[in-house]
Amino acid sequence: MKAVRLSRAPLALLGPVALLALVGLVGSFLSDVRAIEFENSLVFAATVIALYVFVGNSGVLSFGQVSFFIVGAYAAGELTVPADAKRSVLPQVFSVLRDHTIGNAWSLVVAALLGAVYAFLVGIPLMRLSGLAAGIATFAVLEITHNIVRNWEKIGPGPLTLSTVPETTDLWQATIGAIAVACVAFAYQLSPLGRKLRAAREDPFAAQAAGIDIHRQRLWAFALSGALSGFAGALFVHFQGTLNVEDVYLEYTFLTLAMLVVGGAGSLWGAVVGALVVSGLDSFLSDAENGDVSWLHAPAGTRLVAVAAFMAVVLVFLPQGLTGAREVRLPRRRRRLAPGTEP
Amino acid sequence: MIAYSAHENAQTLIDAASLGSVYALMAVGIGLVFGVLRLVNFAYGQLIMAGAYALALTNNLNPALSILVCFSVVIGLTTTMEVVAFRPLRSASPATMLVATFAISFLLQSIALLKFGALGKPVATLTGLNRPIGNGTLIVRWIWIVAIVVAVVALGVLILLLNRTPLGLHMRAAAADFRTARLLGVRANAVISFAVLLSGVLAAAVAVIMTAEQPFVTSDFALRDTIIVLVGVVVGGIDRLWSATLGGFAIGFATGALAGFLPSTGSWPFTSGVYLDSAVFALVILVLLVRPSGLFVGRGRRAVERV
Repeated sequence: MKAVRLSRAPLALLGPVALLALVGLVGSFLSDVRAIEFENSLVFAATVIALYVFVGNSGVLSFGQVSFFIVGAYAAGELTVPADAKRSVLPQVFSVLRDHTIGNAWSLVVAALLGAVYAFLVGIPLMRLSGLAAGIATFAVLEITHNIVRNWEKIGPGPLTLSTVPETTDLWQATIGAIAVACVAFAYQLSPLGRKLRAAREDPFAAQAAGIDIHRQRLWAFALSGALSGFAGALFVHFQGTLNVEDVYLEYTFLTLAMLVVGGAGSLWGAVVGALVVSGLDSFLSDAENGDVSWLHAPAGTRLVAVAAFMAVVLVFLPQGLTGAREVRLPRRRRRLAPGTEP
Repeated sequence: MIAYSAHENAQTLIDAASLGSVYALMAVGIGLVFGVLRLVNFAYGQLIMAGAYALALTNNLNPALSILVCFSVVIGLTTTMEVVAFRPLRSASPATMLVATFAISFLLQSIALLKFGALGKPVATLTGLNRPIGNGTLIVRWIWIVAIVVAVVALGVLILLLNRTPLGLHMRAAAADFRTARLLGVRANAVISFAVLLSGVLAAAVAVIMTAEQPFVTSDFALRDTIIVLVGVVVGGIDRLWSATLGGFAIGFATGALAGFLPSTGSWPFTSGVYLDSAVFALVILVLLVRPSGLFVGRGRRAVERV
């Protein structure tokens, strides 16, 4: 059923890519302050698409993808801190980290590789689990990663903020980065690997009977999602210029997961729409709080209430998300399918 | 190496048991709702937070009255949550339900932050119970006795209710197979409302106990505890009420005991108290890999009875 829809491939990829490109294009005409909000949305889009590659295609909830994001962000950040600043920013780290400084492009590659390796190693045992047990086990990975990064000062600044990271993620890099992540995600979901995993999501027993090794398929998706999460983490650290371990922890995990489900967890289009809509609403309300929106003045603190209320209302009235978990398609009259009961 | 005296060990175990019994109460509340709705209620901690704020805002009232206000507020909020959010989501996927409860949790937290500020409010309702009993060297606080007694009594009443009353039978039937139970005349809405109501009563009780121990309420009050209890409930076995409860107790006990036994200084890996979370969660992963359906669920048995 999903496979049939995937056959209209070009449009399904074109939609998300065009939307991301549009966000980048509109941002480029705006002032620097506004452009930053557009960059932020694009980095969120990359993060949520990376999450989607595993959660959307496998139907298994993971709270662990931010672990790979953290590893990518720290690796990329620490390796690009200028050599003369390293001794003060990272006084206690291993000499490998202290003595080497690499460029922006290489740091993105290293972040993706580390994310992939970490996810692959963690996934070998964890991908045997399903349902709530998988959710809790991946959550445990997040807790352990956070705990170690926060306390082990040989691999980073510990509880302190990593600063002086070059801010190389400009609007163009964020746009191209997000589009690249979307293309990889799309190529995966069209590939035989992606189709096998989606088959297992729809009916694990039938998929196994057809010879699909669910553990292996989930592991591929988990590792790919880890690579993309690491890459998104690198974009994030180069966007912010600073990084504190508390900024990329529970709230970040729940927020990105909520973006995915609000958009519609079952489709790439849903991941992109969810990330852009929620982060866009957040930026807009924060401007309104600061008095930058002429027709709406929101009192301080309403932003969080409104964003949370928006997410709750969407989920209660549209349990399948804003996009109904469908890919982009041309409007045409067709019988609406009953809401699926995906695991 | 630090040598531990028997006395310190005993103190650690007492601390751990008291933490475990509060977590067990929370686990019952979460497990009850999961049993009938298949919904992991992440917003459970914010019910406790609401109860704690109710106590903080009625500091000048008589403690009994203040506790009454706390129970009414929490029960009211729980019922509203059920009608407004849980009922429409009944047929949604588990992921959607869980994320919807995240959103509700965020919403309640940000409302509390907006309304009561970031500084927090002191609670003076039952601070007297935080005194140690007697003047021995082992510190046993009254509130721990209260926590343990409340946990045991609540569980006992619940077991009687589930096993000896028609409503309990309906609840067990609904938990085992919701659709068939409805076909056989179980009033689904009544059963679900009742389970949610019970979880609200437990949340209010937890609010009273927790504010006696930590008499300061902020918007993230009980958030961390809820997350830990959710982990414990799944590790214990969420499909049955008693295994979920034991799971809640076990994770509280393990956290408390490891915190006491790990030295406060030391370095990587896992030899210092700062790596407590890593140690606990590594244990969680290990248990889940060996017993994915729950530590306290018999091996190879399909969990049929969920309440």
